[in-house]
Amino acid sequence: MTAQKKQAEQIKEISGVNPLKCMKCGKCSASCPSYNEMDIKPHQFVSYVINEDIEALVHSKSLWKCLSCFACIERCPRDVKPGKLIDAARQLVVRKKGGDYLSPDEMAQLLDPEIPQQLLVSAFRRYRR
Amino acid sequence: MQRVGVFVCHCGSNIAATVDVKKVAEMALMEPGVVHAEDYQYMCSEAGQARIQEAIREKQLTGIVVCSCSPRMHETTFRTAAQRAGLNPYMVEIANIREHCSWIHKDMEEATKKAVLLMRAAVAKVNLNTPLRPGESRVTKRALVIGGGIAGIQTALDIADAGYEVDIVEKTPSIGGRMSQLDKTFPTLDCSACILTPKMVEANAHERITIYTYSEVEKVTGFVGDFTVDIRKKARSVDMNKCTGCGVCQEKCPSKKTPSEFNRGLSTRSAIYTPFAQAIPNVPVIDREHCIKFQTGKCGVCAKVCQAGAIDYEQKDEIITQKYGAIVVATGFDMIRLDDYDEYAYSQSKDVVTSLELERIMNAAGPTKGHLERLSDGKAPKEIVFIQCVGSRCADNRGKSYCSKICCMYTAKHAMLIRDKYPDVNVTVFYIDVRTPGKNFDEFYRRAVEEYGVNYIKGQVGKVIPQPDGRLLVQGVDLIDNRQILKEADMVVLAAAIEPDPDVRKIATMLTASIDTNNFLTEAHAKLRPVESPTAGIFLSGVCQGPKDIPETVSQAGAAAVKAIGLLAKDKLLTNPCTAHSDELLCNGCSQCANVCPYGAISYEDRQVNDHGIREVRRIAVVNDALCQGCGACTVTCPSGAMDLQGFSNRQILAEVDALCR
Amino acid sequence: MSIEAKEEFRPKIVAFCCNWCSYAGADLAGSSRLSYPADVKIIRVPCSCRVNPMFILRAFEKGADGVIICGCHPGDCHYTTGNFYARRRMTLLFSMLDFIGVESGRTRVEWVSAAEGVKFSATMNEFVEKIRSLGKNVRLEDLRCQNV
Repeated sequence: MTAQKKQAEQIKEISGVNPLKCMKCGKCSASCPSYNEMDIKPHQFVSYVINEDIEALVHSKSLWKCLSCFACIERCPRDVKPGKLIDAARQLVVRKKGGDYLSPDEMAQLLDPEIPQQLLVSAFRRYRR
Repeated sequence: MQRVGVFVCHCGSNIAATVDVKKVAEMALMEPGVVHAEDYQYMCSEAGQARIQEAIREKQLTGIVVCSCSPRMHETTFRTAAQRAGLNPYMVEIANIREHCSWIHKDMEEATKKAVLLMRAAVAKVNLNTPLRPGESRVTKRALVIGGGIAGIQTALDIADAGYEVDIVEKTPSIGGRMSQLDKTFPTLDCSACILTPKMVEANAHERITIYTYSEVEKVTGFVGDFTVDIRKKARSVDMNKCTGCGVCQEKCPSKKTPSEFNRGLSTRSAIYTPFAQAIPNVPVIDREHCIKFQTGKCGVCAKVCQAGAIDYEQKDEIITQKYGAIVVATGFDMIRLDDYDEYAYSQSKDVVTSLELERIMNAAGPTKGHLERLSDGKAPKEIVFIQCVGSRCADNRGKSYCSKICCMYTAKHAMLIRDKYPDVNVTVFYIDVRTPGKNFDEFYRRAVEEYGVNYIKGQVGKVIPQPDGRLLVQGVDLIDNRQILKEADMVVLAAAIEPDPDVRKIATMLTASIDTNNFLTEAHAKLRPVESPTAGIFLSGVCQGPKDIPETVSQAGAAAVKAIGLLAKDKLLTNPCTAHSDELLCNGCSQCANVCPYGAISYEDRQVNDHGIREVRRIAVVNDALCQGCGACTVTCPSGAMDLQGFSNRQILAEVDALCR
Repeated sequence: MSIEAKEEFRPKIVAFCCNWCSYAGADLAGSSRLSYPADVKIIRVPCSCRVNPMFILRAFEKGADGVIICGCHPGDCHYTTGNFYARRRMTLLFSMLDFIGVESGRTRVEWVSAAEGVKFSATMNEFVEKIRSLGKNVRLEDLRCQNV
C-alpha cells in the first residue's frame, strides 16, 4: 500500500465515511459559512479522499478554516459528511505532531452541555496547533 | 414401482464446467426405480425435449427427473414436454444443479457430489409422486380498479371498452387524482384539466363503469378469477340521486374554515364541499368533522337551502360486497412531508412552497386565481428560486433513496411558464443533475434555458433564510464556477420527493401483493412482467409501482388493462392441483386445520366411513380444491396426520430429507 | 477420532426454502455467483409453514448437523400468514430440541426475500461456519443407520 493510499484509508477509518456515496450535489459547499476562506471547498474534500491526494488536503488552508459548525454533516443527503473527513484529516496532522493537545483535566473544565462535544474536540484540534 | 428416467443437462458450460454431468447420469442408474439416464447439451432445446419424449415412450417411463436449472425457470417447459409424450405433467421433478450447485461452487469434485445428492433427492421424491390433475375455477368477468386518478381511469376505460364491467373505488369525493391538481403538463404545455376532464366524463358516462367515490376497499378474500371484495361507501350525507349539483349548500354553509385538500391547504373550503368545480360525481359531501350540525347539533343550513331535499344527516356507511375476476391497483402518490427540512424554511415562510402548491398558485381555479403572487403579502415576486431533489436521492432517513423522476421536467415547465407570462421575473434553478430521458424532454429543458432565459445553476442550496423585510436569502453554491452564492428571492419552490400513497401498504396486505421498502408495489418480473404483481390476478397501474410521469402512467395503465382483459377473457382457469386433502380414516374432525387455513377452504361434513369394517358416521374435514392454494399450513397443524399436501406430501419431503442426509 | 478427521469435518445441512421468496433468493444467489459451501442442500416447499417438525427431527435422525428454514419476511408471505405459523412452531420446536441437547445454533429460521441473493449467501456462509464450530451432531442420530 502506498503512503497516500494508507492515509486515505486512515481518513476513512477515523471518519467512518464512505466517500463513494457522494452524488456531487454540493449542498455541503452551499451550507458552509467559511466557504470563501477555504482554498479546497467542502465538496472537494470528498474527491481529494477518493483520489488519495491527502497531502494536499493536509496542507490546505481549509483544514484550519473549517469551523466545525456541522452544517454540512447535518444537511448532507448522502451521509457523506465532508466535515467529518476534514476533521479526520486534522486528526492525522495532530497525531503526527505527537498526540493529544488537551489534558483530561483541561477538558473537564471546558465542557458545556449546550455545545456538541465533537465541536469542542475539533475546535481544540484547530486552535492548539 | 415407478420407471424413472433421469436427464442431466450440461446447459452448455454453465453446468458441465463444474459438474461432471456424465458421472451424475451414471450414478442415477444406481438409484431405485431409475431405468434410464442420459446427459445432453441443452435439455430445454427442441432436440433435448425430443430426447426426453422419446425416452418416455420407448422405456415406458412413469416419472422423470431433469437435472438442470431452477424449476422456476424451466419446470413448465419440461412438464409440457412430458405431457405431450403422454406422461402426467406432475410426474416431473427438477433437480436444481445450476443455481444451487454449479454456479456457486468452484471445485468440480465437490459440486459433482452435491449434484448427485440433489439428483437422488429428486429421484426419491418422484418415486412417490402421483399423477395430479388440475381442477378448474371460474372467472368472474368484472374488474376492480383501486384508485381513480389518471392511471385508474385509463385502466378502467380500457377494460370497459373491451366489454367487461369495471368498478372504480376512489377514497376522495371525486375521481381525477393528482392530475386534476395540475395546471399545465409537460412537454407540450396542454392544460391538465382540458385533457383529463373528458376522460373523467367518459368514465362516468361509460355503461360498464361504476364509480364508487368517497369509498375504500375494506376486505379482500378469494383468489385470481374469483375475488370477493367489501367496499365501504362512506356516508356522504347527501343523496346522490336527488342532488342536482347546484352548489347553493356550499355557498351558504357557515363553516368555511377547513383547509382545502385540493388546494393543498392554501385556501379554505366549506364543510359541505365538492373538491373542485369539475368534480365527478358533482355531488358534495359533508365533512362531518368540520360540520357545525354534526359537531354541535345546531345549524342545518344546507338542508334548509337544498331545494332538491338531498341532504341526509342520517346517512350511514354502506358496505358493498362484489365479486371480481381481476384487481388493478392504481393508488398513486403524494408529496413527502417537509417537516424535517428546516434548512429550507418551509414551515417558517409562506413564500417557500412545494411544486404541487405552485401548480395550485398558477391555476386559474387556485387560491390566487392563477396570479403568481407571494402568499405572505400578495405581492408579485421578481426573483424566484427553484430547489431540486428535496428529499429525493437521499441516503439519510429524512428522504427517499430513489429519484422521483418527474421533478426535473415539471420544474422546467414551471420556469418556462413563469418566464413566458411574467418576463420581468428572474427564475433560477439549483440542480444536481437534470434528468430528461423521454421523448422531446431534453429539447423542452433546453428551450427553458435558451429561449426563456431560465438560469440553471449546477449546485445545491444549503439554506434559505427569511429576512426581516419578508424576502428570502438563499445560500447556495455554483459548482461549475466554484463559488458560493447568496441570492435574495421573493419565492422559493421546493421539488419535494414523491412517495406512494400511504394507504397502499394496507391495500397490499389485503391483496397479499408484495411491496418494497419504499412502499412501491413489486412487479412479478422487473423486466418481463412489469405490470403484474407476483400474486396472480393483481395488476399494477401508475405510480404505485414506481415514479412515473403522465405519459408513462397512461401507457402502464393500458398495459395493466390488457393483462386484466387477458385474464377476464378466459372462461375457466386451471387451478394448482397441489392442494391439501384429508384422510377420512385418520381425521377426527377437531377443526384445527380450518382455524389456520387463510382461505377458508376447509369445511366439515358428517360422512359415512368404513374403518376396517366399522361403519359409522364421522365428522371429517373436507378441502375445497378451488379455494385451497396449497400452502400446507393445515398439514402441520393436523394432530392426527390426516391432512397431507399433494405434490409436497409428508412422504415425499421425508424421502428428500433421507436422500440428502444419506 | 483423530484430530485430522475433525479438521475435515464437512457438516450435512438441510435448508427448507419457501417457493416464493427464499428459493427465489437462493436462485438469485446462484445467478449472481455468490458462493456458499456445498454442505447446504435445499429442499423446496411451498411455504415455510409446510415444514413439519417431523421433517427436522428426521433430518437430525438421519445425521444432519444443522437445519435452517427460510421464508418470506413477516407480512410478505404469499399465503398471508404462513411464515407466522412457521415462526411460532419453530420457536417451540427449537427450544424443545435445545432442551434435549441439540444446540440452538444448529437450528435457525431466517427471512430471505426473492431480491436478497446476497443475504441468502451470507446467511448460509454464516450458518455453515456456526455448524462447523459446533461439530458433528450426535444427539438425535439413529445409531442403527451407522453401520450401513
